[in-house]
Amino acid sequence: MSLNVLAVDDSRTMRDMLNLALSSAGFTAHLAEDGLHGLEVLSEIEPDVIITDINMPRMDGFGFIEALRSDDRWSRIPILVLTTESADELKAKARSAGATGWIVKPFDPAKLVKALQMVAG
Amino acid sequence: MSDPMAEIRASFFIECEELLESLQDGLQMMDDGSTDSETINIVFRAVHSIKGGAGAFGLDDLVQFAHRFETAMDEVRSGNFHPDSEAIRLFFTCADILGDLVRAARDDTPPPNDQIAPVLEKLDLLVGVEEEEDEDLDFTPMTLSLDLGDTPPLGLDDAGALADLPPLTFDTPVGKGFIISFKPENALYSSGNEPLYLFRALRDLGDLSVRCDISGLPALASIDPNCGYLSWALTLVTEEPEQAVREVFEFVDGLCALSISPLTDDNSALPAPEPEVTYPEPDVIPEIETKAAEAPVTQPEPAQTAPAQSAKSTGAPTQPRATVRVDLERIDRLVNLVGELVINQAMLSQSVVETGLPPNSPVSTGLEEFLQLTRDIQESVMMIRAQPIKSLFQRMGRIVREASASVNKEVKFHTDGETTEVDKTVIERLADPLTHMIRNAVDHGFETTEDRIASGKPSAGIVTLSAQHRSGRIVIEISDDGAGIDRERVKAKALEKGLIPEDAQLSDGDIDNLLFLPGFSTASEISNLSGRGVGMDVVKSAIQALGGRISISSQQGKGTTFSISLPLTLAVLDGMVVQVAGETLVVPLNAILETLTLTDQDLRQLGPETHVVQIRGGFVPLLDLGAELGYREPETSYVGATVLLIGQEDGNRAALAVDAIEDQRQVVIKGLEGSYGRVPGIAAATILGDGQIALILDPTDLVTQASGRTRVRAFPKALAG
Repeated sequence: MSLNVLAVDDSRTMRDMLNLALSSAGFTAHLAEDGLHGLEVLSEIEPDVIITDINMPRMDGFGFIEALRSDDRWSRIPILVLTTESADELKAKARSAGATGWIVKPFDPAKLVKALQMVAG
Repeated sequence: MSDPMAEIRASFFIECEELLESLQDGLQMMDDGSTDSETINIVFRAVHSIKGGAGAFGLDDLVQFAHRFETAMDEVRSGNFHPDSEAIRLFFTCADILGDLVRAARDDTPPPNDQIAPVLEKLDLLVGVEEEEDEDLDFTPMTLSLDLGDTPPLGLDDAGALADLPPLTFDTPVGKGFIISFKPENALYSSGNEPLYLFRALRDLGDLSVRCDISGLPALASIDPNCGYLSWALTLVTEEPEQAVREVFEFVDGLCALSISPLTDDNSALPAPEPEVTYPEPDVIPEIETKAAEAPVTQPEPAQTAPAQSAKSTGAPTQPRATVRVDLERIDRLVNLVGELVINQAMLSQSVVETGLPPNSPVSTGLEEFLQLTRDIQESVMMIRAQPIKSLFQRMGRIVREASASVNKEVKFHTDGETTEVDKTVIERLADPLTHMIRNAVDHGFETTEDRIASGKPSAGIVTLSAQHRSGRIVIEISDDGAGIDRERVKAKALEKGLIPEDAQLSDGDIDNLLFLPGFSTASEISNLSGRGVGMDVVKSAIQALGGRISISSQQGKGTTFSISLPLTLAVLDGMVVQVAGETLVVPLNAILETLTLTDQDLRQLGPETHVVQIRGGFVPLLDLGAELGYREPETSYVGATVLLIGQEDGNRAALAVDAIEDQRQVVIKGLEGSYGRVPGIAAATILGDGQIALILDPTDLVTQASGRTRVRAFPKALAG
């Protein structure tokens, strides 16, 4: 199933990789550079699922997720956080912010696709 | 087709340079006393992003080092460690090594291993972070399999990254499957998870039967739409291990009551799925009874409904700019083509003039617009090549740190005007001369710390590097607040080396300029820093090769300033075409303050061949261009002569007498040095519209040459202003 994905990461390299992995899987990828930029992009598209980094300037991943969860339009959208740490603490924090799941960087494209399908069909 | 991963890898290294730059910026801000969390975050994020990207490409050395650095910065970020200036110096060193590792990875050269261990040791000692085990560094290089049409099955080898799973139970009878009992809590829905998708993922593992338990459903009137009431019993017949099943539930672990037990012959009959709720098609939610048609799977409403704008307002400094990365070769090609266009346009204009068309003819007006467009294109193209000088300045920061450490002097580094945009080629070619000058400043410019304190100066010396646009050129200054040039010693050294005659009468400026003579070195002991062999003469020729000039000013006890002046571009300039003794010459327009015709009142004669021009109350030395270039003898009278008033970067002025002014136009710079070496007073050559070759003057050099001769030096200093 082809998904419409918004990927938010301040690292250009990571955005390039996400873009490559997502489009290779037949998904449509939309990219944003930080939380605020992500919110702007969301005024124009309706993704099926969102992937977001945590450490970003201007608005970090936690702020971004909280903003989405407190907005009627996005309160239910599946959100995966990208993290280099696999620490439980970080997952707990992501979850309490309202994330649906997480992807550990560097990600395996197949696993990314699997995770996306697990939360968004 | 090019390999997309190779492209991303190349762009990763470009991004690394940018990240290293903001890392330096952040550290500099910390060094300047900034302790706010955003500054520390900038530093942390830079290291973090480098680590993230490096992990994806399997650059282990880089990942390992970045990880340790990141851990230290995390301690700072979380407030567990408050760095003093010594710690920040160490962070600077870490940033330098990080940069080395990035470049080593990029260029596939060996990493600076000998430097890493001692720095990491210091880092651990300082920040008190225990060396971690490698569990968090389980980075496997990312490999992109482009065949992602079907979802690959999760295998045992996937265990690494999907963490914190319970250990495998190997007594699971393989080949049977599992009985799964699953009751979501309300939090599962509010996290954006959806049971349907989990079931689909399970179905990918084998044969799945789903039975929905609706016994928890209250009567319709008492249903709370924010609650989930359903639970499921699932039977999965699969050969996959239990771990694969647990992975499906990874994201909902803790958000549901979940039990997974092996399917055996004994229990397989028990939760036998009832036929009517067997999960039929993946896209259809199992139909239950009508009274609960919608409510159960409906996710709870979000707890709060504050608009997203509230978060949006929390500080938004700049919108990220859209950029395109372009191969430099393509830009250079464009620059060359624009150069040709400028020549061509000049030739066309010339031909139109020669046909005798009136200036208001359509051809002439069209040509006028063409000229304007050519100019706009040229400026735009130059802007593409220009970049802030900041990257170069940051590299110099490292030179200062390393140089001061090796000579045991405390030196601070300040920069000014680092957003000044300079042609990329100029920036690249300035790196070596600047490095050498900075080392010189640290090594020779500063007194010992004891001497500084004795003379009432702060113990730490300051090297300042500044850049600015001035008179259509870039002026870069390197100044120190050291002892200043010891002119007695310089003169003695020059005598000893036979560079000047015994009876030489030298002004302070002349003595300072001795430093630029080949083979000059004043350090009584040659330090390993500035070394022997490469002297200021090499620096000077490197600057001159860029069409630049270098000058010194020094004050005893106060410090020394080296000033480098460079052209904005190396390709095209606006010039005034003049006639002198039958020769056509081009004078850079940015050097000309004004043009005037001399009258008797304007002129004063100070000696047989020495004239000055009086301009608005001030006196300016007069130079006869024809005589200076050796085309003819000096004129006896300059009444009625046309002069160009030349302004120099140092604020001094001079009047150049020419025979006639012909035109004002853009010319393409063609270097002479490849064929003729450096010609005093001449910057380059160009091709004019009629195909004739004309020399481009370097007026400042010309004036300096002239003032080096005795007759001009006879001017009272006050007149030269």
